[in-house]
Amino acid sequence: MGGNERVDVLIIGSGASGAAMAWSLADTRMRILCLEQGDWIKSTDFPSNGRDWEARRYTDFDISPNRRGRDTDYPVNDDNSLMKIANFNGVGGGTVIYTAHWPRMHPSDFRVKSLDGVADDWPIDYWALERFYDENDRMMGVSGLTGDPGVPPRNPPMPPIPLGKTGTHYAKAMNRLGWHWWPSDTTVATTAYEGRAACINLGHCTPGCAQGAKASTDITYWPLAIRAGVELRTRCRVREITTNEHGMAAGAIYYDADGREHFQPAEVVIVACNGIGTPRLLLNSASARFPNGLANSSGLVGKNLMLHPWPIMYGYVEETLDGGRGPITTMWSKQFYETDPSRGFVRGYTLQFGRGTGPATEAISSAAAGRLPWGRDHHRIYRELLDHRVLIGVACEDLPEEHNRVTLDPGLKDRNGIPAPRIDYTISENTRRMMEHGITRAEEILTEAGATRLHASRTALNSPGHLLGTARMGDDPERSVVNGWGRCHDVKNLFIVDGSIWVTSGGVNPTSTIQALALYIADQMKQRLATLFD
Amino acid sequence: MGNTAETGLSATELRDLSDIAGTMIPESPAFGVPGADDPAILGDIARSLGRDLPLVREALAAIAAKSGSAFTGMDRDRREALINDYYAGGGAAVAALGRVVLGAYYRDDRVLLALGMEARPPFPKGHTLEQGDWSLLDAVRNQPPFWRDDRAATTGKR
Repeated sequence: MGGNERVDVLIIGSGASGAAMAWSLADTRMRILCLEQGDWIKSTDFPSNGRDWEARRYTDFDISPNRRGRDTDYPVNDDNSLMKIANFNGVGGGTVIYTAHWPRMHPSDFRVKSLDGVADDWPIDYWALERFYDENDRMMGVSGLTGDPGVPPRNPPMPPIPLGKTGTHYAKAMNRLGWHWWPSDTTVATTAYEGRAACINLGHCTPGCAQGAKASTDITYWPLAIRAGVELRTRCRVREITTNEHGMAAGAIYYDADGREHFQPAEVVIVACNGIGTPRLLLNSASARFPNGLANSSGLVGKNLMLHPWPIMYGYVEETLDGGRGPITTMWSKQFYETDPSRGFVRGYTLQFGRGTGPATEAISSAAAGRLPWGRDHHRIYRELLDHRVLIGVACEDLPEEHNRVTLDPGLKDRNGIPAPRIDYTISENTRRMMEHGITRAEEILTEAGATRLHASRTALNSPGHLLGTARMGDDPERSVVNGWGRCHDVKNLFIVDGSIWVTSGGVNPTSTIQALALYIADQMKQRLATLFD
Repeated sequence: MGNTAETGLSATELRDLSDIAGTMIPESPAFGVPGADDPAILGDIARSLGRDLPLVREALAAIAAKSGSAFTGMDRDRREALINDYYAGGGAAVAALGRVVLGAYYRDDRVLLALGMEARPPFPKGHTLEQGDWSLLDAVRNQPPFWRDDRAATTGKR
């Protein structure tokens, strides 16, 4: 086994939270190393450079690691889950292939037990995170519009993405219904911003932005962190975190690109591997001292997995809209976000209004849904679909349930022989009622917008890829894995900073909050450097 | 069209794929588009099979079995009905077949131009997205805040 020089801080994972941690901790002048199992992705690698741009969404830029199957991916057994797992393994992690939606959690999301009597309150609240949300918005570069009555005040540094024909069409319908809507906050740059060019509407945001207008941490946090002295080592797949005779984390064993095993000693270990990768790593780090997995005296590592059920309602209007020639993000509605007991469920959801798709994607998805026939009618029907699509996603809050969990698969392994994660997940009755409520409201909106051929997809394939809750925060070591500032109750020099630590999920895309939390934890660590392990 | 070594398909399978693709998406003089059995498009399909090759072979075999190995000899209505029935039945094999046929067809220059689109990738030229009617937001701007403010109970770190 190769040995390496000891570092002060070892961060495992370079995605949303790992990058924010690295950048924030860099000003301590500690020696910081990040191990990333994937590669740097160049802008010329992204699908929208080539004529096969749509097809590559189903191959090397698929959001499912099982289908993508890169050397840098690990398999996930998600057979026992209606919702399939999405992620990306590379510098930037999931931010490389997210849609760049940028809602924040609401204040009520941190107090679900107190306000609605379900799940648990977080050990921190929105207001503790507010300045870190703001800092992160500046770092990632957010486009949006102040004044939204549906969310707490915030000040996006760039103007919103245009409404376009599609957004205008939705807005008219929403105004007729008298329901709230607002242009979505997004990390797609609408002006030149910190070295990023403004969006030129490639329309293919999710599988990576060739223009560099979409913020991903490989082009936002990482260049600054590396310039400040942080080392980022790619193609390093961590097998386990080891501990010393005092029960403290000693470092990590990893494999390099050639399969050689190394040990990286560290004073502090920070895990940033997402809500699937983090419990997998902790469970794979079982030892005589920690027989049920590292930091798992509560038995909650891997439990309370939340995946955000996300029904999508589609329809088609007569008017020709934007199609796929712009970011898919347009606007959101918070009309049904806060709890209203008369609806038959607690908590709520965001409605997200999308634009259309490219020509092949429209054909493939419509054929799969039975809208587009084969044969002589194909061409006529297709022309009624392309650029006429309207769609609304229902971003449902997923409540924590211990039976929804990540464990180690007894047989499946990655290319290095490391046991792969297995997912067991069902959708709760509360969430099902919420989904049906949202689908019905979306149907009303699309009908008001003049849409026909309505179709509801209750569990979008491999979407949305929000991996939350499997190493939750809390003040009680018997009911949580980390404390209110990300330190493991059981191992005092081991921190977790990704979506694993979420207590509840809210009804929003999580990246903004994941990063605000990471910046908050980094700040807490910096304030406690002299007493970090007490 | 790609040869058998290039595509992984046998000569018979390539011939079957041509018949099936041409049934799935036939030529249409009315819309000014070739069929998916056009040599250039079929070649693109065959070269694009990649990791879907085993599934596409399975789909070709299934169609042959359903037609009693007489797909080419069937009349057009029966061929279309067979394909639509098979596709509606679902499964990974027929989904893969549909995906590779559509993926190649809807990037062909002639098809895109007939749809009024430019035959190019999105980058670097991009597209123009009009601003839309922002005055519609006036109806929402004046609403009072309706998110739940928890600060009546407590603020900051609890």
